[in-house]
Amino acid sequence: MTELMKFIDTLILTIRDVLPILGILIGFQVFVLRRKIPNLQRVITGFIFVLLGLVFFLQGLEQALFPLGKLMAEQLTNPAFLGIENPDIKGHWTQYGWVYLFAFAIGFSTTIAEPSLIAVALKAQQVSGGAIAANGLRIAVALGVAIGIALGTYRIVSGTSLSLYIIGGYILVIIQTMFAPKLVIALAYDSGGVTTSTVTVPLVAALGLGIATHVPGADPLLDGFGLIAFASLFPIMAVLGYAQLTQWLNKRQQSSDK
Amino acid sequence: MVSSKLAGSILRTFVLQKLIKHILGNIKDSLRDLLPIFVVIAVFQLLILQQPIPNIGDLLFGFVMVVIGLALFIYGLEIGLFPIGESMAHEFARKGSLFWLLTFAFALGFGTTVAEPALIAVANEAAQVAINGGMIENSDAARLEYASGLRFTVALSVGFAILVGVIRIIKGWPVQYLIIGGYAGVVVLTWFAPAEIIGIAYDSGGVTTSTITVPLVTALGVGLASSLKGRNPMIDGFGLIAFASLSPMMFVMVYGMIVT
Repeated sequence: MTELMKFIDTLILTIRDVLPILGILIGFQVFVLRRKIPNLQRVITGFIFVLLGLVFFLQGLEQALFPLGKLMAEQLTNPAFLGIENPDIKGHWTQYGWVYLFAFAIGFSTTIAEPSLIAVALKAQQVSGGAIAANGLRIAVALGVAIGIALGTYRIVSGTSLSLYIIGGYILVIIQTMFAPKLVIALAYDSGGVTTSTVTVPLVAALGLGIATHVPGADPLLDGFGLIAFASLFPIMAVLGYAQLTQWLNKRQQSSDK
Repeated sequence: MVSSKLAGSILRTFVLQKLIKHILGNIKDSLRDLLPIFVVIAVFQLLILQQPIPNIGDLLFGFVMVVIGLALFIYGLEIGLFPIGESMAHEFARKGSLFWLLTFAFALGFGTTVAEPALIAVANEAAQVAINGGMIENSDAARLEYASGLRFTVALSVGFAILVGVIRIIKGWPVQYLIIGGYAGVVVLTWFAPAEIIGIAYDSGGVTTSTITVPLVTALGVGLASSLKGRNPMIDGFGLIAFASLSPMMFVMVYGMIVT
């Protein structure tokens, strides 16, 4: 019975989330464009599927993944588990190995499941006529997030400045942009924004909070933030890097064919 | 009469079969997409933490729901969200009214962000940080004011971002100049913004783009670029999401500077 109640709660929340969007779309379609929507029935069916899909998706995450994932983040960052004898003294950064590994693994796996990224990757594959493979793009982005979050947890443990990493990352992105193929630049920038959504944010936030709570000298509220920023910056580098690598491999292939 | 009825029912069965086949295919994909998370959770729980998995029944049931949900979502995306985003972009391009296109762009950005649950959560946490840091007084009224101020700031910034992004598609400006300019803005603001707001500002860029907004905005950009002469959907069509994640960082830092 409570399961059903939760399901209905999620349904209402999702509808509330979708309503303003629907209102804007219909309002402009009816009052500004003043045209009938082509395949209206199909579009409505699509919206219903999106809504139902999201409700199932969110409810399933809430029920299965998030509680366990959050519990694990808590346990993995516990000094007793990490073998740090005195919990009041910060361990050497190498003692937090499991934390970095978990950050990497959870960053990669949640990004692969991120619905917004699937949407953008599908579109990119379609628009590029298959030159950009949806799955290749998603793996590149997921690797970027994984590395980003692992580095982000290291930052919390070591207590180094967040701005330093972000600004350093920006500089690297600018340099990569100068050399990357034009076609992927906009897509690469976009992939930074789509990685952090439904699946990734709650688990990553829990991880950040877990570390910041257990690492002496870190402030849970201040240092818990910032991991999402890493997760949005590193995929840009990864996608630009992936495109550069592909370009370089193609060039080498061509010159060896001659 | 009878034969047309029969033909109708055959057609319907056929369509239904196609639909089921399509969704089943999506379920297979979803299963593959979600497998990594479950492997990670299982390996860490069983091998590294060496603890049993609690409530395995609940977990499996949740997994099934997630898989079905993702499959339905992707199907709805393909038949609903993408087509409407693109057809509206085409119609705005044909209508040729810049004013209405830009109004639509702003409304889409603002309207989809202001009610975003992830943003509401971050805004509330940020208000707590502000109270701890002594930036605002410790009362419910001040907390609410700060949190909703932050929410509107972010929603405004996303509306503004989509608007600028659409102008960029129309003009064909290279995306990198605007993004790099935006980065420079973020770096400069980081120097002046209060320390408490910086982490929140950086994170706020990531939470604004919800699962429904992303496909719509992407379809809008790509649709617009492909219906305008001389624009390439790949080079010009993408980039709206990037703007929507960059501009909140700047707006939130400015907000932090004004409030303190």
